Amino acid sequence: MAQATQDQGVMGTSDQDEDSPNMIVYRKIEDIITRIQDETEGVPIRTVKSFLTKIPSVVTGSDIVQWLMKNLSIDDPAEAIHIGSLIAAHGYIFPISDHALTLKDDGTFYRFQAPYFWPSNCWEPENTDYAIYLCKRTMQNKTRLELADYEAENLARLQRAFARKWEFIFMQAEAQVKIDRKKDKTERKILDSQERAFWDVHRPVPGCVNTTEMDIRKCRRMKNPQRVKKSVYGLADDTQSQSPVHTASQHTRKDTKEDVEKEILFLNTQLDRHCMKMSKVAESLMGYTEQYLDYDPFLSVPEPSNPWISDDCTFWELEVSKEPSQQRVRKWGFSLDEALKDPVGRDLFLKFLESEFSSENLRFWLAVQDLKRRPLQEVPARAQEIWQEFLAEGAPSSINLDSHSYERTSQNLKDPGRYSFEDAQDHIYKLMKSDSYTRFLRSNAYQDLLLARKKPETEQGRRTSLEKFTRSVGKSLTGKRLTGLMQSS
Amino acid sequence: MAAQEVQPNETLASLKTESETLKTKLEEERAKLHDVELHQVAEKVEALGQFVMKTRRTLKGHGNKVLCMDWCKDKRRIVSSSQDGKVIVWDAFTTNKEHAVTMPCTWVMACAYAPSGCAVACGGLDNKCSVYPLSLDKNENLAAKKKSVAMHTNYLSACSFTNSDMQILTSSGDGTCALWDVESGQLLQSFHGHAADVLCLDLAPSETGNTFVSGGCDKKANVWDMRSGQCVQSFETHESDINSVRYYPSGDAFASGSDDATCRLYDLRADREVAIYSKESIIFGASSVDFSLSGRLLFGGYNDYTINVWDVLKGTRVSILFGHENRVSTLRVSPDGTAFCSGSWDHTLRIWA
Repeated sequence: MAQATQDQGVMGTSDQDEDSPNMIVYRKIEDIITRIQDETEGVPIRTVKSFLTKIPSVVTGSDIVQWLMKNLSIDDPAEAIHIGSLIAAHGYIFPISDHALTLKDDGTFYRFQAPYFWPSNCWEPENTDYAIYLCKRTMQNKTRLELADYEAENLARLQRAFARKWEFIFMQAEAQVKIDRKKDKTERKILDSQERAFWDVHRPVPGCVNTTEMDIRKCRRMKNPQRVKKSVYGLADDTQSQSPVHTASQHTRKDTKEDVEKEILFLNTQLDRHCMKMSKVAESLMGYTEQYLDYDPFLSVPEPSNPWISDDCTFWELEVSKEPSQQRVRKWGFSLDEALKDPVGRDLFLKFLESEFSSENLRFWLAVQDLKRRPLQEVPARAQEIWQEFLAEGAPSSINLDSHSYERTSQNLKDPGRYSFEDAQDHIYKLMKSDSYTRFLRSNAYQDLLLARKKPETEQGRRTSLEKFTRSVGKSLTGKRLTGLMQSS
Repeated sequence: MAAQEVQPNETLASLKTESETLKTKLEEERAKLHDVELHQVAEKVEALGQFVMKTRRTLKGHGNKVLCMDWCKDKRRIVSSSQDGKVIVWDAFTTNKEHAVTMPCTWVMACAYAPSGCAVACGGLDNKCSVYPLSLDKNENLAAKKKSVAMHTNYLSACSFTNSDMQILTSSGDGTCALWDVESGQLLQSFHGHAADVLCLDLAPSETGNTFVSGGCDKKANVWDMRSGQCVQSFETHESDINSVRYYPSGDAFASGSDDATCRLYDLRADREVAIYSKESIIFGASSVDFSLSGRLLFGGYNDYTINVWDVLKGTRVSILFGHENRVSTLRVSPDGTAFCSGSWDHTLRIWA
């Protein structure tokens, strides 16, 4: 193998961007790996005697799981197994007798990977290296080095692909075998297993996750994006190819004078901002959550059931029915926003305003919302229509604006755009919120709906107030037959 | 205090010093209002019970990594996009595929459902955002009616319709966000300020608001005024890329998920970070976050294949969900909060409730 010694540290750190997302994770894993191998605080790494041989430098899966639970404050073994398996899948630990890189909570033996092979070295080994590796495995007559089925298939494929230069590959494999033979027997056992684990990461068993796959959005940030690929076996880069990376056109921009000036302006604006105390913020967040608790299907079981759990769509069918539930009606009372968000609530509010002959405010607000949702092309014409309907002199649905907003809006209409009525809309919204909305909540129309359905399952439907009256009269006239009175109602 | 006049002969260095001084001052001012921690106040809130959240549906059909998904307003349909260029519309309730489009590029990192339910938008390595009207005719070739709306100079990382089918908000690897008119393809507003790729965005939930938040590889989360194009608030406490941002349902706060393996909560009124959701055993990045309807729960999809469920107020983790066999890349709660959907590099989507 091309590596100098077992102890050689991380290769070529100048290649790597220490801040890149992958490196952050690798460093955390490496910290764990270092701690877990510590002589006093780590797991015991032993040589185990087995049949006629010795198995050097191993730990058991359950030792690893126990250590993880204790040192990473994990309560559930399943979680420890999961993170342990990920550490294995990334190539930092491996089972000595299996190609599949998972962690088991039992007596299975695991070994630690050599730092030379760590993923943080940004290996992207070529198929030529892999071919050399598989080839040399077939040259050595050891049962433990026998190729698995998928490896034999891979080798056959590579032989076809590299038919022309197979002689070269064969020679390289022979050279590697020679180098390996010079090493001490125990050391070779360990190195062989580590080399195999390396390839298990980069050429995983079919069906296993390939943890070397990268998020393409993050690829560009490596300092050397068109990375020259290192050979595991020290080959000259005759097969150099480029990483399939999206064209790197931008790295983090350096600050110009303008940028900093802008930042200073921004910071000054922030300093002027009036902020809320944390205690008040906390109360507000808690209050909101408390208020909506009943509406959160993850916290309060929806009536009659959660469709996803019961496979019954009744919950959704009720939502689109004509009759809003009491719970839904109650929500309209939380804020004007909630009433406006729900089409049924909005309609009821509109009807109420019509009964007060002040619907022009809401109609204006709705018209402006609609304006903002139109295609750009339609905006100027629609803006003019809104002006004519609500604001122009003698407008049919004249709204009441303060002179300042009126002036601003009038100016905006000279070059009408989606935001021409922002000030006006804001003013009208505040007006509705403080005035009409509160009256709406106290109105019969709203209260009837809110209180009408106390027992949704048993109610037949809303009774008219007259019916209620005659019933109560009937009840109070116990024993007396005043048919005349009843009939006249 | 009025904005200070910048003298023309000030050097870059002196300006930077000024900026640093202001930053320190700002931090001091904000710290004065930090009289208590959220989780301390939340001690009086009743603890959440045990959760039984399971996979209720598994959607199989993508041939490669699922990168993004979005819910339809009808609470049961979803659109998802994948590394192999496929965009699929599903009825998640029945798990039937209803539409499929093959994009001309791989890595379709962004997709969104139109509010009307009649169209989907998607894009990725093609640097564009395209809108496809959904036809009722299954045989119709959707790709024929495709409309190219947004053009960036690098990959499209996220897209979202505003409250209408007529406008789309996009974010890109070119470091900008942009608002587009769908019909004409015209750029309505662009948003500059991130110093690196923008990876995510979310529109404020208010009926009256005109703001959105974005997160980027510069570790910043910025809040923007859609009308002026200005950045109105900025937060920089994460230690690595911000992969996902999502508003708290009231619109007063937002959560973020980052490659630094934490999720954080930022309050807009306090103008600072108010909670961190992290654990020693969580070392892989959070790729996507979303709130339950009341804002009490924060769901986070992570690169370690799991989903962690956080108690937003108390700051503790209430559940860890296993199931996916590779990274969770995308996660959204359904419009009525009855379930959430996760998409993964294992080619599948799962509905959890």
